[in-house]
Amino acid sequence: MDKLTVVEGRAYPFGMKNVDTDIVIPAHWLKTISRSGLGKGAFEVLRKEPGNVFDDPEYAGSPILIAGDNFGCGSSREHAAWALADLGIKVVIAPSFSDIFSGNAFKNGILTVVLPQEAIDRLMEVAQTDPIHVDLEQQTVTTQFQDRFQFEIDPFRKHCLLGGLDEIGLTLGQADTIGAYEARAAGERPWLVPAVA
Amino acid sequence: MVKPRTLYEKIWDAHVVERRPDGTCLIYIDRHLVHEVTSPQAFEGLRLAGRKVRRPDLTLAVPDHNLPTTPRRDAQGNRIPIADPESAQQLAALERNAPEFGVRLIGDADLEQGIVHVVGPEQGFTLPGTTLVCGDSHTSSHGALGALAFGIGTSEVEHVLATQTLLLKQSKTMEVVVEGELGFGVTPKDVALAICGRIGTAGGTGYVMEYRGSVFRDMSIEGRLTVANMSIEAGARSGLFAPDEKTFSYLKGRPLAPKGAAWDAAVAYWKTLHTDEGAVFDKSIVIDAADIVPNVTWGTSPEDVVPVTGVVPDPESFADASKRAAAQKSLDYMGLTAGQRMEDVTVEHIFIGSCTNSRIEDLRAAAALLKGKHIASGIKQALVVPGSGLVKQQAEAEGLDRVFTEAGFEWREPGCSACLGMNPDKVPAGERCASTSNRNFMGRQGPGSRTHLVSPAMAAAAAITGHLTDVRELLEEKRGEVVA
Ligand code: SF4
Repeated sequence: MDKLTVVEGRAYPFGMKNVDTDIVIPAHWLKTISRSGLGKGAFEVLRKEPGNVFDDPEYAGSPILIAGDNFGCGSSREHAAWALADLGIKVVIAPSFSDIFSGNAFKNGILTVVLPQEAIDRLMEVAQTDPIHVDLEQQTVTTQFQDRFQFEIDPFRKHCLLGGLDEIGLTLGQADTIGAYEARAAGERPWLVPAVA
Repeated sequence: MVKPRTLYEKIWDAHVVERRPDGTCLIYIDRHLVHEVTSPQAFEGLRLAGRKVRRPDLTLAVPDHNLPTTPRRDAQGNRIPIADPESAQQLAALERNAPEFGVRLIGDADLEQGIVHVVGPEQGFTLPGTTLVCGDSHTSSHGALGALAFGIGTSEVEHVLATQTLLLKQSKTMEVVVEGELGFGVTPKDVALAICGRIGTAGGTGYVMEYRGSVFRDMSIEGRLTVANMSIEAGARSGLFAPDEKTFSYLKGRPLAPKGAAWDAAVAYWKTLHTDEGAVFDKSIVIDAADIVPNVTWGTSPEDVVPVTGVVPDPESFADASKRAAAQKSLDYMGLTAGQRMEDVTVEHIFIGSCTNSRIEDLRAAAALLKGKHIASGIKQALVVPGSGLVKQQAEAEGLDRVFTEAGFEWREPGCSACLGMNPDKVPAGERCASTSNRNFMGRQGPGSRTHLVSPAMAAAAAITGHLTDVRELLEEKRGEVVA
């Protein structure tokens, strides 16, 4: 996974509340076999509306998404995070997120930043014309206009995102511990291996 | 003295690779079942990161969700192409990924192919005391054999493939006790529905259940599979049965079960897998077997359960406002009115199958009623879909296929079929199905489909009469016929 330290760039001033995973990626995209390419289906329904932020050339390729309350509610589908990642989103800033979504986002290298509504309102304003700066190390969101918003993050998640460590990579770092367990289990319950010849 | 432990705690403790300060544990996974829907992106992730499958020898792949249940090979043995390009693509991905990563694949036309939760126990892949996962919520089924089994998401599938472990927090424990004797015509499915109705679909959230009491002790392994399967519909990720002599004799001689001295050692260990005297559950649910009757669902949640002899409930009878609104929405969707007798509800479709009820005992129970009978004229389609090629073969050896086809049923190839609208078997919008599956969600059997969950015997009874029917009446008739 790519390291995430500082993300700077334009942000989609989206702002919608209660965006469920069906809005992020409709169910008919679930029959795919790849995580990549789902960006095409991201916000499909909203993109049918003329003048939507996602198709506005002003914001094309923005790495930041600013959203409203309860972002990512609904089903547990991981496709929502995959779709955002494929769209090039690295940070989502909102007043709150569904737990499952922020877990899925984290697993896919996306930082979810929780800020109070006033901060969101201000960032929405700046995002219309200017870039936004997110610094994970400092846990800040700043603008060139002296705005500075501090955010909280679980230390484990911060550590993983900064180091580009995915959970699998971390667990693989414990291969020796796993190997030792396997050796012990093979002694205690030898009939378990192999399961398939 | 050692602290008394529940069965769940024993299995958990035996699988802790590492305990972290915050209570999270790295848990070893003994068995991993893979199917075509939730695995493509997991394999893709491995490929992109240049990782391999740590233990292909503990992993088994089998396609089920997307497969059509019509013949898969023509007379020359060539594959009949799958019409839906996306289904075909998911199946092709599994066929590519399994050999690439050294994972054993049971192919779409192999005799052993079937629904992943039927195949695991049947092959002896599922064993007592193991941790078993699959990217599918009904993985809880395997708890029937005393395996700690639960469904996982795609990222977790990838994590297990790469590391053979998962990071988990320990669940709370709940015992579900049913004592007494089941009444005439009452089946394991009715017990499962009774539990969902009693505790609700969120009742088991955060818990691992253990099924205890004489009803579960007396229940066959296939019946236990039906009950454990529906643990997830009551909110519990896993549901356990302590392994016993029935478990051992079910497993003995299965292709992937241990043999010889290994078998003896395994049985000796499995005998220690029960909740100790004095162990404490976080929650306890007690149901009297005598209170359980043949059940049906009326709504769009598996907790919407009533006795078949009952009526559609009045939404106003629910205490809280959100329940009232949900019930009204369900009734509108289902095309039912409050107070309507369940037995007056006519159905156009019958589905006997799914990982809940597609095993040989299920087919026998349905066939016993259908023998010499025919489906009612109002039935547009009646499907029987055996859970695996081996179940199908056994049923054919017993002549059950002829009973079904003579009664007007279609006898199909194994797969998930009409349990969910992912393959060609669907219930059309606005039409009603008596189904032996586990979910009656809106659109589950196809957009606009209306599902009534029932046991296999009740599905057969509805097929004969054309409406939801108390199977006990037909069983009484049968009894009469035999005597006469
Ligand atoms: S039969 Fe239904 S519930 Fe079971 S695995 Fe298949 S789709 Fe899921």
